Amino acid sequence: MLSTLLASDVVAPFSSPKIDYHALAPELVLAGVIVAVLLADLFLEESKKWVLSTIAGFGLLAAFIPIVTLAVSGHRARSMFGGAYVVDTYSLLVKGIFLLAGYVVVLLSQNYLEEGDYYQGEYYFLLLSSILGMVMMGSSRDLVTIFVSLEFLSIPAYMLAAWRKRDLKSNEAGTKYYLLGVFASAVMLYGMSLLYGDTGTTILKGIGAKLQNGSMSPVAVLGIVFVIIGFAFKVSAVPFHNWAPDTYQGAPTPITAFLSVASKAAGFVALINLIYVAFPHGGDVFQPMIGVMAASTMTLGNVMALRQTNIVRMLAYSSISQGGFILMPLAVAGGKSSGNALTAIVTYLAVYAATNLGLFAVIIAVSRKTRSGEVSSWGGLFSYAPLLGVLATAFLASLAGIPPLGGWVAKFGAFRAVITSGTNWGYALAIVGAVNSVIAFGYYGSLMREIWMKPVPDGDTAPIRTPSSLNAALMICGGATLALGVVPGIILRFSDIIKL
Amino acid sequence: MNNFPILTALVLVPAAGALVVALMSKRHPDIVKLAGVGFSVVTGALSIWVLGKFHTGGDGSFQLVSQHSWIKQWGIGWHLGIDGISLFLVVLTGILFPIALLGSDSHHDIKPYTAWILLLEAGVMGSFLSLDLFLFFVFFEIVLVPMYFLIGGWGYDKRVYAALKFFIYTMLGSAFMLVGILTTVFLAKAQLGHITFDLVELQKASFAVSTGRWLFLAFAIAFAVKVPIFPFHTWLPDAHTQAPTAGSVLLAGVMLKLGTYGLLRFSFGLFPEATRYFRPLFLTLGVIGILYGAIVATMQKDLKRVVAYSSVAHMGFIVLGAFAFTGQAVSGSVLQMINHGVSTGALFLLVGMISERRHTREISQLKGLQSVAPIFAGVFTLVMLSSIGVPGLNGFVGEFMILIGTFLTARWWTVVAAAGVILAALYLLWAYQRVFHGQPDEANKTFSELKLKEALVLAPLLGIIVFTGVYPKPMLDRIQPAVNKLVQHVDYPQPQSPIAAAEGGQ
Repeated sequence: MLSTLLASDVVAPFSSPKIDYHALAPELVLAGVIVAVLLADLFLEESKKWVLSTIAGFGLLAAFIPIVTLAVSGHRARSMFGGAYVVDTYSLLVKGIFLLAGYVVVLLSQNYLEEGDYYQGEYYFLLLSSILGMVMMGSSRDLVTIFVSLEFLSIPAYMLAAWRKRDLKSNEAGTKYYLLGVFASAVMLYGMSLLYGDTGTTILKGIGAKLQNGSMSPVAVLGIVFVIIGFAFKVSAVPFHNWAPDTYQGAPTPITAFLSVASKAAGFVALINLIYVAFPHGGDVFQPMIGVMAASTMTLGNVMALRQTNIVRMLAYSSISQGGFILMPLAVAGGKSSGNALTAIVTYLAVYAATNLGLFAVIIAVSRKTRSGEVSSWGGLFSYAPLLGVLATAFLASLAGIPPLGGWVAKFGAFRAVITSGTNWGYALAIVGAVNSVIAFGYYGSLMREIWMKPVPDGDTAPIRTPSSLNAALMICGGATLALGVVPGIILRFSDIIKL
Repeated sequence: MNNFPILTALVLVPAAGALVVALMSKRHPDIVKLAGVGFSVVTGALSIWVLGKFHTGGDGSFQLVSQHSWIKQWGIGWHLGIDGISLFLVVLTGILFPIALLGSDSHHDIKPYTAWILLLEAGVMGSFLSLDLFLFFVFFEIVLVPMYFLIGGWGYDKRVYAALKFFIYTMLGSAFMLVGILTTVFLAKAQLGHITFDLVELQKASFAVSTGRWLFLAFAIAFAVKVPIFPFHTWLPDAHTQAPTAGSVLLAGVMLKLGTYGLLRFSFGLFPEATRYFRPLFLTLGVIGILYGAIVATMQKDLKRVVAYSSVAHMGFIVLGAFAFTGQAVSGSVLQMINHGVSTGALFLLVGMISERRHTREISQLKGLQSVAPIFAGVFTLVMLSSIGVPGLNGFVGEFMILIGTFLTARWWTVVAAAGVILAALYLLWAYQRVFHGQPDEANKTFSELKLKEALVLAPLLGIIVFTGVYPKPMLDRIQPAVNKLVQHVDYPQPQSPIAAAEGGQ
């Protein structure tokens, strides 16, 4: 048996696949930058390590250039490797989000690492590798490619979460993230093997052609369920969310920002790829599942966040709850509001990235002075750091969905998607979401209250000095949050035309 | 200057003012205050200019329209317009904001205080002018934020609790409205063929009976919380009492009107069938509000809470008139919105002055103020009588029109509501008696007389109170065409007036 298999492999002639270098340029540039960072780290003296962050930052921006050229090149879709890797408008958009979010994370990390005396070269190497994995995920249209991208982005992230290795909490963060992440990967792989077994192909499009509502084998149903559960871990959807609060609290703050924004977005991108390409006719299976998950994710995340006294932990639960909002449109994907749902998710991811990264930038800036992560440490922030106070308020208001900040566009899109589905499920989900957006204000409001209405702890009103890289991150995120809210057209003109 | 987008300027001037004030140095509080007052006075002047340009008569359609597309992909536009229903609310907003800024003192952090008030003004103006459902929603939400910070940052002892309660209540209401708006728009898309949030276009769509009723409720909850209609009123006494003086003045003066205005403009405009269906419910809630507000106001020990509960009663009248569906009653409602804004605004200013002087608002701590400050007492009396609804002052005109107009279509509700007029006299006069009559004790002997600056701040309001009471015609002439159009749109069977019926019988 084995010998015949081997024999047939030998006989089949190997033809090298046609490679579209333009389409792969972002990944290639990024790979080059990763190697450059690794090599430069070997030859740089300790005092000159700051160069690494500059290389990483500019490298990410350089990788953005081919994205722009690809976008204006006019080709709707470039398919490679037998349909396993596709560069289309959708993938370009999410790649752009990943690269820009990555750039902001580099800005956040710069002073944090220099002052904390951490291993800079390895840090940026791992960070960039993880981003490369995410960029690949945007184009993955094959079970194997998806899995490779997922591991590519996850494994560096496990190590980054445990980066403060002398801190027990950070160790716990990394270990917990690693163990649960691997467990999720295993469940997902099992699901993928079932799907492959049932349909005989790993190409998502091929799977999509075989899976039809009503005529699915139990094996395929189980496969879909397992694959979705695997990614539910990644996006920390309830009930697979328990790793998130501990990991977020223990990891270095820039990495927490990275995990809660980019890594989560990558999980959603994978879910979109699977649901839109492989299971478009499997709505009977995934719609109820994701609907229930979305409702419970936003509710539980919110309720837990209300009780937190540590800011990062509160934001961990907030990010879980925001994940529920992003899942909401996916619950109606496959129906008549499929296109709206895709627009909604991608818009949400972009807005959420700008807002949440900005909020983490404020947290990093404030904790430089207070050395504390408690909510009460933000008391009277506005009185001694007015700009940070106003920016933090803007980010919180955006997360709460208050116009004219970006958050409302995101929430609006999500509501639009579920309501246009015209099903009772959709309306019910919209009402759950509406009630949740009010509950969420309970804790976003409590942070605002600290900033504006509470006294400064210990009367220490010394101003906060923010390094220029952090300032740049704050300005980018603040500007993007406001711009996306006032002129939503800048993201909608892209997210409205994408198709899968 | 005919093409000057004056309504857009009404929204953008205060918004720009907020930005300018926010960027100023906090080292010169006087200049900050001057800038704040300057921007609000310019806005006020613009609103008066709108009043001048407004064409009286006509068919009650929107005037001075300004329309641009904003988010093309979603059919959302920047569509502003004004008609008789919103005209005086806009003018009231324009007048009340400079008065609130001048007539109150922030005590600390004047820069953010002024910036928040200007942002609030932009939000309120936007809400009254928007003819696009989404634009309205945006402004309706924006309004919450400055008010939250004003109450929480500059209020009295329990301010943080009151601010959060206010925010959560109103936001819960608007969350339902958002779902309602989106559903309305996407259901209408099937009939209109394109997606639009434009109120004028959406009115052309009609909804299935049960769908329309659900949607009506989704909108009505948001507005009922804002008005507030009993039983959604519990945030109001806390918010009003804990807010700084300017906050209370603006909350009572203009923000509560967002609720009744929203009911008239959006609930009535979009779902006439459901409006008719839910009429008995809202008439009953209005009457309950009148009686409940009045009775609870009688029992209060805090002067500011008396005024706060009197608002619940007054807003009950406005709701009653709105759901009577006769031209007279709805016009009375619209007029009463202005009257309530003016007289309750003035009452809050006066109570704020008392509290500034005495550092207490407890009725039992105040005594005999009339003998030490006769002019102050005289002004208070005038404003209070206007709030009670004494003939010759503005409150009477509105209440009388509401009661007469409602009597034609909802007789028994009117009979019960009329008792509210008597109760209003009871709680206000009784409070006045305890505070102003008698001999002042030691603490109250030093109560100082009305200052010139305070008098100047109050003067425009007193002028409006008397003018409207004596000669309401110019206002009614501008209100009525739009109201008649709305009443026709709701299409409730109009009663023949008793006199006409009698003549017909002869």
